[in-house]
Amino acid sequence: MIAFVLNGKAVEVNVPAAKKVVDLLRLDLGLTGTKEGCGMGECGACTILVDGEPRLSCLLLAGQLEGRTVTTVEGLSPGEDLHPVQRAFVEEGAVQCGFCTPGMVLSAVSLLRENPNPNRREIREGMSGHLCRCTGYVKIVDAVEAAARKKGEGDPS
Amino acid sequence: MGMLEVGLPVPRFDARDKVTGRERYAADHCPEGLLWAGAKRAGIPHGRVLGIDTAAAAALPGVRAVLTARDVPGTNRQGIVHKDQPVLAEDRVRHCGDPVALVLAETPEILREALDRIRVDLLPLPGVFSPREAMAPGAPLLHEKGNVLLEAVIEQGRALEALAGCEVVVEGSFAVPFQDHAFLETQNGTAVREADGRIVLVVSTQAPFRDRFEIAHALGLQVPDIRVQSPYLGGAFGGKDGATVQCLLALAALHSGGRPVKMQWDRQECFAAGYKRHAVEMHYRLGAGKDGVLRALHARLLYDTGAYAHLGGEVMELGMEHAAGPYRVPDALVEGRCVYTNNPVAGAMRGFGVCQVSFAFESMMDLLAETLGMDPLELRLKNALRRGDRNAAGVTLVHSTGIVPCLETLRRQELWTGREAWKRRAGPFKRRGVGVAAVFNAMGYGRGLPDSAIAKVELTGEGKIRIYSGVSDMGQGNASAFVQMAGEILCQDETGMELLQPDTDRSLPSGSSSAGRTTYTYGNALIRACRSLKEKLIHRAALLLMAETTEGMALLPGRVRHLPSGREVPLAAIARILPEGDRTCTDQFIMDVSRDATGTGQAFPIGFPHVFFSYGAHAACVEVDELTGKAEVLDYLAVTDGGRVINPRNFEQQVQGAVAQGLGYALTEEVLLREGRIANPDFADYVLPTFLDIPDIASRTVETVEETGPFGMKGIGEVGVNAPLPAVANAVRDALGIRFRRSPLTPERILEALRAEGRRGGEGNP
Repeated sequence: MIAFVLNGKAVEVNVPAAKKVVDLLRLDLGLTGTKEGCGMGECGACTILVDGEPRLSCLLLAGQLEGRTVTTVEGLSPGEDLHPVQRAFVEEGAVQCGFCTPGMVLSAVSLLRENPNPNRREIREGMSGHLCRCTGYVKIVDAVEAAARKKGEGDPS
Repeated sequence: MGMLEVGLPVPRFDARDKVTGRERYAADHCPEGLLWAGAKRAGIPHGRVLGIDTAAAAALPGVRAVLTARDVPGTNRQGIVHKDQPVLAEDRVRHCGDPVALVLAETPEILREALDRIRVDLLPLPGVFSPREAMAPGAPLLHEKGNVLLEAVIEQGRALEALAGCEVVVEGSFAVPFQDHAFLETQNGTAVREADGRIVLVVSTQAPFRDRFEIAHALGLQVPDIRVQSPYLGGAFGGKDGATVQCLLALAALHSGGRPVKMQWDRQECFAAGYKRHAVEMHYRLGAGKDGVLRALHARLLYDTGAYAHLGGEVMELGMEHAAGPYRVPDALVEGRCVYTNNPVAGAMRGFGVCQVSFAFESMMDLLAETLGMDPLELRLKNALRRGDRNAAGVTLVHSTGIVPCLETLRRQELWTGREAWKRRAGPFKRRGVGVAAVFNAMGYGRGLPDSAIAKVELTGEGKIRIYSGVSDMGQGNASAFVQMAGEILCQDETGMELLQPDTDRSLPSGSSSAGRTTYTYGNALIRACRSLKEKLIHRAALLLMAETTEGMALLPGRVRHLPSGREVPLAAIARILPEGDRTCTDQFIMDVSRDATGTGQAFPIGFPHVFFSYGAHAACVEVDELTGKAEVLDYLAVTDGGRVINPRNFEQQVQGAVAQGLGYALTEEVLLREGRIANPDFADYVLPTFLDIPDIASRTVETVEETGPFGMKGIGEVGVNAPLPAVANAVRDALGIRFRRSPLTPERILEALRAEGRRGGEGNP
């Protein structure tokens, strides 16, 4: 049994410790918001937060989650209200095919926690582990910038 | 919730579900009790199949079936135009990615083990790895009809004679490599054979309606017995137009005992077996007067289409049709050959053959400007096509033609007017240059087959408006455009709208999501269907309100109001009284084709010529590091004529995304082939542009009105990808004095060229 906190709830899973976390989430737990794009840690689509830090779930093994706190995109806005970063992605046009989006959103949340007021260069560097083939990145940078601005203006969370 | 008005930057309809992870892509479908399907690939570029030993795989516990070509019940052939691609290889493999066996297993782990246990006895055959090798006398033949898939000519006037009489003639040879689509969601799908015998597939596909015919033909099934659903795609860019997993999945479903099957290619398989942008060799001779007026062009193009036809002939057709650029060239001869090799299969990719020739013709325009001592932008403006002109393929431009205003807009921008000062600000060991490119891209299938769509809209039982989209949304946002158009006509906000992605049982055949035609063609059909629905709703509301006529009735969000009396009836109330059969409206549309240019291009079975074009003028500001050879794009501007803009933000998305893909093509992206084997089949070695490589791309629009288009729009998904390579190459020429004729412009190539020049800028031809 592997015990961890997933999106705010304590869970125990009975899977081989060597199972890839991306498979655990998608196939065993049905959390398909986490995407797999390359399976070898190059694209960032499978990013989740482990103890608040962005991690590539295609390179993590289930056993490594023991005792950790995991957030997937499903845990970011459990109700109808979007997380401010998600709202900024919608409003700034940062979403096209959307396959990279969940991972991008989670990294952006983590980035803004570390650096609440990043400039565009810092956003680009902070997000550079993610590939997007649709947007040319410009509107994703816009979205992270907008989310930071709104947070600075007192938007909760 | 904002109103859905055409012209406003309303947020994309699909964004909310995508940003929360709720959207279910094909890859997210994992039906209960599924089996995993996977293909054993050839692994060598050319060989004779002497035998396939499946016993050890079949004996593995958890393996449900191991299938080979002998188990394929139909023709075992697939292909959009030419049916030359086997579902499973028979006696021969023609490229490394050819599938030779199909395994069904209980888990992905067992599947992998079983695939490893299959022994394919292959006798390697000599291969051909370039069109020149493939056309050499005595070359091994890939297909019975020979190695040339298509040889064609587009001719207007007498180009060779005209060239001989030109005051100035410039000449150049250019080469571009294979490019990978690199969509993030790899090829995948699920299939199940239901109790009544029908096969239902959920596939990441650009052409669900055509897929049914492919499957039926290959597997000997009936089209009505196949249902294909196409959820939102995680990218495609042309790479999911045509057979990927469809026939393999349907075959698996015939052998799974009624259990659902799932196939998901991993990234390496996606590289090996997926389609590519064609590698092309191009030779150009361009003639002009001393005044810079273009007189004649002779272009020879050689397309490497890989092991199977896919859309090779059609891709070459579009390249040939665009070979002269968006310019008046009275005498033009364009000769093309599209040739089979033992390389990966080339097919559709955003820009569809045009990307390649854009590098050649826009390099030639700069070369001509240099030779004549003219400003490169003025030379382009002097020759740019105007409405009423005949283009170099012989087509009279009777529709919107915005290249002149695109160039004029570019000429006014600070990035262009201030370029000399910007260049002088380069730091030590840095050289700066600014390059322009003018491009165009046709819309639609062209002559020879109907570019048609059938739209369906419904008033749901709950009183909402539901669009049954007939064309996939691979991320370009056509679904959102449809919602916006329907909302505009029916006066609804986002909460009043629903949209279903294509499902061959519920929506109506509307062709593929491709060719810059998706929003144009379906949108035109949708407008008609929405107008009918509006009339219907107003009529039925009048009945409910006992109004004597429909005069004074207005459709409003969620309701209809009788304006003189102020009385209202909710759409939900109308829905309750309408029998289900009376709640939908359908209508159709076929794109017009050119009636011109009837005397040339006869070798093309379909596609030649086109009559609608989008245009673009781009400028790239590039800084080259003389020590590392790295070219960095610091600033980029794209001016686009795509007709009227339905949604400015989504328009920018398409432009910026296309430019980014084009910059990858210009600077780093190249499928490295060693005798047909891909040396860089993953994202560690196939270098895609990242956040740090793409500047804040600026986009301006020139809004012509395409009067045949829905709300005046034209397709713009493709045109933007054509300009970055020539714009960057022209900028690097401006920076270093070195013209690159082979792409991508990697640091290695630039450094090599600098070394050849003794590290100094100057004229050179690497």
